Amino acid sequence: MLPSKRLCHIGPMPLPAIDGWFAVDDGVAHLLGTRCADCRTVHFPPQTGLCRNPRCQGEDLAETRLSRRGTVWSYTNACYPPPAPFAAAEPYTPVTLAAVELAEEGIVVLGQVKDMTVDDLRVGMELELTSGALADGPEVWMWGRP
Amino acid sequence: MGQAMSVLVAGAGMHPWGKWGRPFVGYGVAAARAALREAGLEWTDVQFLVGADTIRNGYPGFVAGATFAQALGWTGARIASCYAACASGAQALDIARTRILAGLCDVALVVGADSTPKGFFTPVGGDRPDDPDWLRFRLLGATNPAYFALYARRRMALYGSTSEDFAAVKVKNALAGSLNPNARYRTAVTAEQVLASPMVADPLRLMDICATSDGGAAVVLVSPEYARRRGLDATVRIAAISTVTPAFPNTVLELPCFATDSTAAVPPPERTFRASIAHAAYEEAGLGPADLSFAEVYDLSTALELDWIEDVGLAPPGGADKLLRAGDTALGGRIPVNPSGGLASFGEAVPAQALAQVCELTWQLRGTAGARQVVNARAALAANQGLFGHGSAIIATV
Repeated sequence: MLPSKRLCHIGPMPLPAIDGWFAVDDGVAHLLGTRCADCRTVHFPPQTGLCRNPRCQGEDLAETRLSRRGTVWSYTNACYPPPAPFAAAEPYTPVTLAAVELAEEGIVVLGQVKDMTVDDLRVGMELELTSGALADGPEVWMWGRP
Repeated sequence: MGQAMSVLVAGAGMHPWGKWGRPFVGYGVAAARAALREAGLEWTDVQFLVGADTIRNGYPGFVAGATFAQALGWTGARIASCYAACASGAQALDIARTRILAGLCDVALVVGADSTPKGFFTPVGGDRPDDPDWLRFRLLGATNPAYFALYARRRMALYGSTSEDFAAVKVKNALAGSLNPNARYRTAVTAEQVLASPMVADPLRLMDICATSDGGAAVVLVSPEYARRRGLDATVRIAAISTVTPAFPNTVLELPCFATDSTAAVPPPERTFRASIAHAAYEEAGLGPADLSFAEVYDLSTALELDWIEDVGLAPPGGADKLLRAGDTALGGRIPVNPSGGLASFGEAVPAQALAQVCELTWQLRGTAGARQVVNARAALAANQGLFGHGSAIIATV
């Protein structure tokens, strides 16, 4: 994690591992969802086309930035290196994952947790969105200490 | 559904679960022959064959119905093939049942089999950034056990379940599995062994998580009229098959999703997805949890068995641990859960798994389950869930 972080400062910004799901502006990360103009349902990952609310005919789904803070719904880790297409760091340290509930959107979003282990986490605690690099370079959204 | 609308199980068969490393077709054919033998029927009697597909075994796996039919010998029988992840078997069964109920055939054979690689299930190969199943590995390293572990941790936080409770589920299921000749793991284990096994996805340890296995299962369904005409010993009735999908907004993080649905505009439904799977089956059968003699539930992890016990209505939310600790869910208990030994003893052979549950229902209800027989079993439910929102529940009665 640390070497690529340093690279950020001396080279170009790392490429996002996926386009359009999150944005990092001036070091501040946001998840990008879509919100239905008709019923206000929020979608993450960003949904285009039809609103997923079966009782809504909405097709106008506009990009929206999700709340940056939420509470831990649950968490875990990967004690063994996850298989490809995940690029596991060598030597491997367990990846921590948290599912974080965003109150305003009424949604739970899964992400890697940055610089924390399962021992640092508990259900109900607050986390804030950040970003970090995968072992092979590209950047993803991550949950971190507020 | 009234008696007139019923479909009967004439026979069930399995190829033992294991890590045999052979093509899936052989397991399926062995299971099919065993089921036909039990039914007292020949393959040439079968008018309709449904194959539950496997996605890890190339083209033959995608057209499992044809693959099994060819292996058994072309007879011109009609076929179907279907895939719904772990719910494939239930869908295959439902397709067969529906065709019998429609009067389009009298005898249907349903077969599922899988041959699995070692280790974690991984997404189907290639660079596929449009596939959430590929992306969850690529972006998060989120394996199947990671999701099981999220549910387990959530359960600990909400209800105070402990690692010792989870270990007790494994001890219970391993004991039942030790009595099942088709199980892959047939050795009793101690709680100490479970708690000493390596952590895989905190709080779940290796022995809390089901393995990936090879295996095959098959069921022969017949119309009551055909059973009478042929003098078959077909007393087990399929009372319900639930293949429901979630209701919006689904507020439980499902495999392989990155997020839940949003409750910003629509409040959560009355029942969670898992609870709705069993509920639909009860409604269709005209039965409730109190009518069950036992249940088979999808214990992908030890903790998930406890969730399921509540989801199928055998205990209120948070009440499954109490049942477990009282011995109620053990063989010989008030309401045995996973008398087959469950996935803890079998491991997961995806397209065969829901059918394996039906095999156990059939043998228990016929009174032929041997050392693991549930006394006077009259009605049972099998519940399961396939990723991407596939419900699977079957109720059988005698």
